[in-house]
Amino acid sequence: METLFFYLVALVAVVSGLLVVRCKNPVNSALALVNTFFCLAIFYVMLDAPFMAAVQVMVYAGAIMVLIIFTIMLLNLGSVTRGRVTHGVAFGSICAALILIEVVYFLNHSSAAATKGAISAQVVKAVGHTQLIGQALFTRFLLPFEITSILLLVAIIGAVVLAKKDV
Amino acid sequence: MISVNHYLVLSAILFSIGTFGVLTRRNAIVIFMCIELMLNAVNLSFIAFSQYLGNLDGQIFVFFVMTVAAAEAAVGLALMITFFRNRESIDIEDINMLKW
Repeated sequence: METLFFYLVALVAVVSGLLVVRCKNPVNSALALVNTFFCLAIFYVMLDAPFMAAVQVMVYAGAIMVLIIFTIMLLNLGSVTRGRVTHGVAFGSICAALILIEVVYFLNHSSAAATKGAISAQVVKAVGHTQLIGQALFTRFLLPFEITSILLLVAIIGAVVLAKKDV
Repeated sequence: MISVNHYLVLSAILFSIGTFGVLTRRNAIVIFMCIELMLNAVNLSFIAFSQYLGNLDGQIFVFFVMTVAAAEAAVGLALMITFFRNRESIDIEDINMLKW
């Protein structure tokens, strides 16, 4: 049952990914990408990471995609006109196929270390995923956390300066 | 039973679809969306390994990847808006002022 559910959600995610790449209207691509993000959030819940699923929906589907749709509608982009297909499509598909074949080959001919760490599904259910991530984020990963806050400040200032009419 | 290999193969498929989009499309915003698809494929790999190895480090890294992706989205889209103001187009074929 779980296997069937996984394959179903994986099929929806892959089809949405293909729609992102092939839709002529950029708004259709954006909506397909939102669908992909929701499918990935479902996978995060299946992988015992419910907090990351919530953050994925809030940050990616809720903030980044809204920003992208704002920009598409602000710039008033139309659909792609046909007849501009170049040989770049063949080159791109060869590159993507090569990457896929190489990664699947390495997956089949290697194995990850099966050392079971401390965090299992029971621990996540008992302690709470948010508390576990909070403990890790504010003790072991405090320095990257603070640096990320400076990065966000730089990004805010940069976006405001870039988009102003007269600096 | 769903092993970690299933998630890794799915991550590889999504990554290659994103690569195909980055190399093929001409609209700069659609290229940016394909880059976000690639980042999400890698996020799926991280969380699959985090669950397989019983370690939270993968999920913390995904947290930071999401943060950096949000910052990159803000700055990248501001850049595209500025470019559109000058050239009236965000077709990447028109971004050619530094081409020799």
